[in-house]
Amino acid sequence: MGGVLLAIIVVLIVLAPWIAPFDPMEIDPIMRLRPPSTENLFGTDALGRDILSRVLWGGRVSLFVGFTVAVAATGIGLSIGLLAGYLRRGDEVIMRVMDGLMAVPGILLAIVLMTLTRGSITAVVIAITVPEVPRVVRLARSLVLSVRNQTYVEAAVAMGTSEPRILVRHILPNVAAPLIVQATFVMASAIMIEAYLGFLGIGTPPEIPSWGNMMAEARSTISIGLWAMLFPGIMLALTVLAINLCGDRLRDILDPRLARRI
Amino acid sequence: MTGNLLEVVDLKKHYPLTGGLLGKSEGVVQAVNGVSFSIGRGETLAIVGESGCGKSTVARSVLGLIEPTGGEVFLEGTKISGLSVRQMRAYRRHLQVVFQDPYSSLNPRMTAAEIVAEPMRNYRMGSAAKRRELVAGLFAKVGLRPDQMDRFPHEFSGGQRQRLGIARALSLSPKIIVLDEPVSALDVSVQAQIVNLLIDLRNEIGLSYLFIAHDLAVVEHISDRVAVMYLGRMVELADKRSLFARPLHPYTKALLSAVPIPEPGAHRERIKMTGDIPSPIRPPSGCRFHPRCPLAQDRCKAEQPELRTLATGHQVACHFAETALGAV
Repeated sequence: MGGVLLAIIVVLIVLAPWIAPFDPMEIDPIMRLRPPSTENLFGTDALGRDILSRVLWGGRVSLFVGFTVAVAATGIGLSIGLLAGYLRRGDEVIMRVMDGLMAVPGILLAIVLMTLTRGSITAVVIAITVPEVPRVVRLARSLVLSVRNQTYVEAAVAMGTSEPRILVRHILPNVAAPLIVQATFVMASAIMIEAYLGFLGIGTPPEIPSWGNMMAEARSTISIGLWAMLFPGIMLALTVLAINLCGDRLRDILDPRLARRI
Repeated sequence: MTGNLLEVVDLKKHYPLTGGLLGKSEGVVQAVNGVSFSIGRGETLAIVGESGCGKSTVARSVLGLIEPTGGEVFLEGTKISGLSVRQMRAYRRHLQVVFQDPYSSLNPRMTAAEIVAEPMRNYRMGSAAKRRELVAGLFAKVGLRPDQMDRFPHEFSGGQRQRLGIARALSLSPKIIVLDEPVSALDVSVQAQIVNLLIDLRNEIGLSYLFIAHDLAVVEHISDRVAVMYLGRMVELADKRSLFARPLHPYTKALLSAVPIPEPGAHRERIKMTGDIPSPIRPPSGCRFHPRCPLAQDRCKAEQPELRTLATGHQVACHFAETALGAV
């Protein structure tokens, strides 16, 4: 269910350059704030731009930010988690630094980064990734700590298994499933945060169509053109819902006790 | 020291207890305190004792999974304690292990064949195809079907999982296997099957076992000699027949009297011990057993009895062992 929905959304967004009916940037003063019609399925915004086309193009920003943040936060978090939890190098120091990072408000970091870099998608990705990393580190570290104390790891040592192989064969496969599930939730939350930041005007630069930017622009005309805010909002909600449903499903699939044999 | 496959001399393992903000030392847990024994080729030595007496710590120290605080371990006359992880690796293939819990000792994400083949892979034995052939042979040897090779651990029962653990331990053709309570997590009916399998394998391959157990009934079947541990010390060590027929240490007597007799109506004098095992952080003075011992005298509170060998070859750590020997 979640998978099908997500697949449809991803295909539509990826194919945006070919299926979007209009240029998302094309301004047409005569066509301002037209309600949904057969010509403009989702209507037009205050500058006469086609909302369907902008929603499709804007989704690329959301998916890119969501995916990049999920991969970056999980990759960095797992590496630090392994260092702290398996090698036990600087465990205390690392965890206190992570606690400190968790105390930095994400919005504040975003404002500072945007001011310093004059706004870019890279800055948005960094601003969202940094506060997510400590959460992943905590999860990864606790998973690694519990797996490394399992008897099968002790058995592997007794059977003469080398350290790198223990890491790859015994530790990683047994911590991967919860981390992959966590990554899907990081992705969903990153897409939400990207939209918040856009809505607040401290996210993706305003000239790039993104769902947050579209909703921010539609705010001033909400009383006469609700659709301009409604459609990006619905797409945002559907995408986040689909990703979360996928995450739940993945958790079941990745459990070897529940998995069906192929 | 020659001739013995495994020789353990004065093994000690103390765990420091730290607490408080500054991690100041609050004493030591004396998990194992001066244990010595040896195992000959093809021989099975059982170590029995209550939980917390240090028997598993002995097993892990012998295997080099934990670093002993003191004492030495020799394998075929070569010292294997205090080696680096890399140096120890060369000896691991002669010294294998089967763990107590058949559920947590197998990686849930590896197939049965991968689990059994892993030690051979570690020591670069044969090609992957050759190893698979060897795994099939090992499966047959421990009573598993070759068509079960590609299953995952959760698809096996507890007894079958323990057979997998045994197959894994056998895969490197070790000289000695440490069995750390290999049957205590299993049903009684399955216990007997696994013990019989272990006995068959020993007779067939000529293995030696260090068998850790808390159940004397199981030990009676499989072992040649039996060592009894109490609070980190060995209190009695003798060949099976004389230990079961004529236990000399009051603790061993109490343990033996707790073994049920599989005969309806049969009675035996039950020696009940009072109190709990004292804390290994603050062990009792003198003989560690004296607070629970029916024979305890003032001397036992002051003087710790050493393990000494009696004329019969029986080793015991009790001030009144000679009296016990004479009385029987």
